[in-house]
Amino acid sequence: MMQHEQLFQSKIDQEVKIEPLDWMPDAYRKNLVRQISQHAHSEIVGMLPEGNWITRAPSLKRKAILLAKVQDEAGHGLYLYSAAETLGTSRDQMIEDLHSGKAKYSSIFNYPTLTWADMGAIGWLVDGAAILNQVMLCRTSYGPYARAMVRICKEESFHQRQGFESLLVLSKGTETQKQMCQDAINRWWWPSLMMFGPKDADSTHSDQSMKWKIKRKSNDELRQQFIDMIAGQVKLLGMTLPDPDLKWNEERKHYDFGEIDWEEFWAVVKGNGPCNKERLAARKKAWDDGAWVREAAKVYAEKQSKKILKSA
Amino acid sequence: MPATKNTTPLIKWLFYMADSNLILSQRNSEWCGHGPVLEQDIALTNMALDQLGQARAYYQYIAHLLNQDVQSPEQYTNEDELAFLRDNRAFHNLLLCELPNGDWAQTIAKLFFFSHYQYQLLNMLTQHEDDTIRAIAIKSLKEVTYHVRWSSEWVIRLGDGTEESKTRMNNAIHYLLPYLSELFNPADYELSLKAYDIESLKEKYIAAIEDVLEKAELPIPVSFHINLIQQKGGKQGLHTEHIGFILAEMQYMQRTYPNMEW
Repeated sequence: MMQHEQLFQSKIDQEVKIEPLDWMPDAYRKNLVRQISQHAHSEIVGMLPEGNWITRAPSLKRKAILLAKVQDEAGHGLYLYSAAETLGTSRDQMIEDLHSGKAKYSSIFNYPTLTWADMGAIGWLVDGAAILNQVMLCRTSYGPYARAMVRICKEESFHQRQGFESLLVLSKGTETQKQMCQDAINRWWWPSLMMFGPKDADSTHSDQSMKWKIKRKSNDELRQQFIDMIAGQVKLLGMTLPDPDLKWNEERKHYDFGEIDWEEFWAVVKGNGPCNKERLAARKKAWDDGAWVREAAKVYAEKQSKKILKSA
Repeated sequence: MPATKNTTPLIKWLFYMADSNLILSQRNSEWCGHGPVLEQDIALTNMALDQLGQARAYYQYIAHLLNQDVQSPEQYTNEDELAFLRDNRAFHNLLLCELPNGDWAQTIAKLFFFSHYQYQLLNMLTQHEDDTIRAIAIKSLKEVTYHVRWSSEWVIRLGDGTEESKTRMNNAIHYLLPYLSELFNPADYELSLKAYDIESLKEKYIAAIEDVLEKAELPIPVSFHINLIQQKGGKQGLHTEHIGFILAEMQYMQRTYPNMEW
C-alpha cells in the first residue's frame, strides 16, 4: 500500500496525470467524484435560470445565442458526467444524489433571473468566475477531468464575451436599458464572489485538494483575481460594482473589497436561497416525467439486440 | 408597419415558411433543460436552433423584399420587427406547429409530421427558380434530413418500446391527425405561386409517414385522415387559442421596450 501511495504522490509531484485505471487513494477518488459531479450538476441546474429566458429573448439573434449557450451547458454536463463515470460512479447514481440533496451544485443558480439583463450579467460575472476556476482545472491532476476542462474552457470564454457584449449594448442603450444593466450587476455581483467558496481559513476540502493538485489555487486567490479583472472591465460598461469598499490598493497591487455576507452564503448552501426548491423540483420533474421515455428506449434496444442475435 | 403590406403571394408564402419554423422552434425550445435525458435535451435544442435559423433566413428575405419598396431608411423593416411586432392574425404558421408540447411522445409526433412535410417540400424547392429560396432550401434540407431521421427513430422506438410508450405514441398521433389535412389544403398564395405540386407532395408524404408507422407497429390510416377536411386556418392567420399565449411570451420584450437595440 505504501508503495502505491508513494508512486501515486510522486506522479502528482512530477505532473504526470492520473488515469482511470491507475491506483489512487480512496479519498482522492471520492473527492474527485464529489467535485466533478458537483460541477456536472451545476452545468445542468445552471441551464434552468437561463433557459427561463429563451422563449422571451428580445431578438432572434439573442434567442439563437442563448439557445446555443444553454445547449453548451448541457454538453459540459455530459463531458463531466462522463469524466466522473471513469471513477466508477454511474450517471444515474450521481443524478439520484443530486435529487436526494446528497450532492450539491453551485449556489449561484439558486438566484432568480428577473430581467433580460440577467442573461448578460450571468455570462459576464458567473461564467467569468467559473472560468477562473476552470482554467486552473485544465491542469488538474486527474486526466479525464483536465481534458474535459480544456474543451469546456473554450466554450466558456465565448460565453463570457457574449455576456459582456450583451451588457455593452444595454449600457449604450436607453435610460431604461442602462438601469436594467446596473440592476443586474448589483444583484449578481455578491453571489458571484461567493462562487469561489468560503474563505481559505474556513474551507474544508482545500488543503488535501491542493496537495493532490486537484486544485491549484486557493479560493481567496481566485476570488481576488476575479475582482481585479471585473473591477477593470466594469469601467468599460460605465457601470459600477455595488461595493463602497472596492478600492485599488497600490501596495498590494490588488483591489480591496468589502465583506461578503457569509450568513447569506451558508443559508443558500443549506437550501434556503431564493430558488433552491424550484431548481431541484424542476430537475426532479424532468427526470421523473422522462422515466417512461428512458424505459421505452431501453426495452426497444433490448428487443433490437435480440432480433440481431436471432438472425445471426 | 411594413409587414401589413404583405400582399404579394410570394411574401405571404415566405411568412408561412418563416412562421411555421419560428413557432415550432419556440415550442421545441420550451424543452431546453427539461428533457428526459441529457443527450436528447441537446438533440431537441439543436433542432430548435435549426428551425430558428431557417425562420431567420426567410424573415431576412422578406425584409429585403419589403425594403425594396420603401422610400426612406427610417421605414426599413428587419427580421425582428417581422417576428416580434406582428399580431396573431398576421401569422401564417401551420396549426400543427403551435399545438402544446404535451409529453415527449406528442413533441416527437409534431416534429415527425412537420419534418417529413418539410423534407418533401424542400426537396421540390431545391429546383426553385428564385435563387434565395433555392439556397435556403438546399441548406435547410441538410438539417431537416436529420430531423426526419431523429423523429422517425423515436416514433419507432416509442411505438415498439413498452406498452406505455406505445399507448402514448398512439394517443399523440391521434391527437395530431386532424391537423394534417391543413398541410395539403393549399392557401390561395400557394396556388398562385405554383412552386410545387401539392398532390405529388401529399402522395410522397403519406408513403413516408405510413412506412415509419408500420415499422413502429402503429397501423394508422394516415391517408384517410389527411383526405378529410378537418382543422385548418393557420395558413390564412386563423389560429388556435394557443397562438396568443405563444406570442405574448415571445414578443414580450419588443412590446414592452419598443424601438431599442438588444
